[in-house]
Parts: sequence; C-alpha cells; structure tokens
Amino acid sequence: MSSLFAADVNVAQNVGFYIIAAIMVFGALRVVSGRNVVHAALWLVVVLGGVAAQYLLAAAEFVAISQVMVYIGAVMVLFLFGIMLTRATIGEESDLNNKNWAIGIPVALLLAGTLVWVIVDEFGGEVLTSPEEPMSTTAISDVFLREGLVPFLALSFVLLAAAIGAIVLARKD
Amino acid sequence: MYAVNFLILAAVLFAIGVFGVIARRNAVMVLMSIELILNSVNLNLIAFAMMNNSSEGHVFALYVIAVAAAEVGVGLAMVLMIYRNRRSIALDELSVMKG
Repeated sequence: MSSLFAADVNVAQNVGFYIIAAIMVFGALRVVSGRNVVHAALWLVVVLGGVAAQYLLAAAEFVAISQVMVYIGAVMVLFLFGIMLTRATIGEESDLNNKNWAIGIPVALLLAGTLVWVIVDEFGGEVLTSPEEPMSTTAISDVFLREGLVPFLALSFVLLAAAIGAIVLARKD
Repeated sequence: MYAVNFLILAAVLFAIGVFGVIARRNAVMVLMSIELILNSVNLNLIAFAMMNNSSEGHVFALYVIAVAAAEVGVGLAMVLMIYRNRRSIALDELSVMKG
C-alpha cells in the first residue's frame, strides 16, 4: 500500500489529511458505538468539522463554508433539540443497540473491504494535482444558474415542502 | 496527494455509517448515521471534482447538503410525532404495519 503515501507532492497537505482523517474515523466510531446520545451528537460535530477541513484541503472553500453553516450550525441544533425533546434521561443508556446489532460488523467490514479493493484497483496511482487557486464561487454559480437552474429551483421547492411538512407533522393539535 | 486518500476515507466513513444504521435502535441515532453516509458521499464528489478540475462536483455536493438538511427536518419531526404518540422511539417496537 505504498501508493497511500504520496511523497512527491505537498507534504504539509498529506500530513494534514492524515491527522484530520484519523480524528474523523475515531469520531465516527464513537458516534456509532457510544452509549450516550448527547455525546454521540457532539462527536458527530467533530466528524462534520473534519469533513469541512477536508473540503478546505481539496480547495472547495464554498462547500466547506456551506458545510459549517448548514451542518454544524443548523442540523446539529436540530439533532440536539430532537434528543432533548425525545429523551427524558440525559446520560448513559444500555438499550441503544438492537438485539442482533453484531450482524452489522461483518456487513460493514465486507462493504469497506469491497469498496477499498475497487477504489485501489481503479484509482491506484492517480495523483490529484492541487489547483492553483480554490474553486471560485463564480464558477459554481455559473453551473447553478445555467444548466443546473431547473434542479436548483426544484431544490428550493423541496426545502419549502420540507419546512411546511415539518411544521405540520410537529404541531400539537 | 493521491486520489485514493479521499476515496478510501469516504469508503470507511460510509461503512461506519452503514454499521450505525444496522446496529442502532434509537431513531435519532439512525438519523445521525445517515448523516455520516451522506457526508462520505460528499467527500467523494469533492474528490472527483478535484480530479477532473470541474465545478459540477461542488454543485452536486451542495445539492446533497440541501437535501440532507430537508431530510433531517422532516425526519426529526416524524420522530417527535412518534415519540408523542408512543412514548418511545425504539425502532424495533414500531411494528404497527407488520403483516
């Protein structure tokens, strides 16, 4: 697996990638294995922040800022409110997992093994050249407002329908 | 940096998220695992956009972020309603529609 260590390109970028990746994988494992719902939500913040940092390493600054604002700013607040409104007890719980949760381990290992094998087989030696400058917001908005205009408008209706649907579902009468 | 770095990280996160969906009993925890899965797909999209030096991947990632936000809003509203009706959000107790 020497292809995983790219020595001929930006060393600082590689080191940063591996540090952030290790933190992300550890946080993700804590999200799916912890016994405390609130702690799992806070570890999810770590993972989402790590994803935003990886976007910055990949020169996708607009997506990184969107990630921070939407996920860490909005979605995590929703999750914490959901936990508070559905759980009377804040603290450790013993029945967070299904009875036959262990079947998930071979499934996940098999899935990860297959994906890694296919990825290494297909993209084994391909080098990502770091772009000179980050992807500009102008380029992204050009796609959004030309060929992506119809999906963009449809997406706004999806968000409107989701907001109205959430209000209708959650109101008390 | 090699392309497999991003892709393997995304694959590992995806597998962890799938494990969470299978193993967890609490509906909110399952929604969190789905967020992990969506984020791993977003990492893939950004990596492929970097590989091809195009902006379409970024646009798709933004679509995914918006749809994920809508999904979490509706999903948590449903979980809240289930909790209000049944005093529990354990997924294996929701067997009303079982034949």
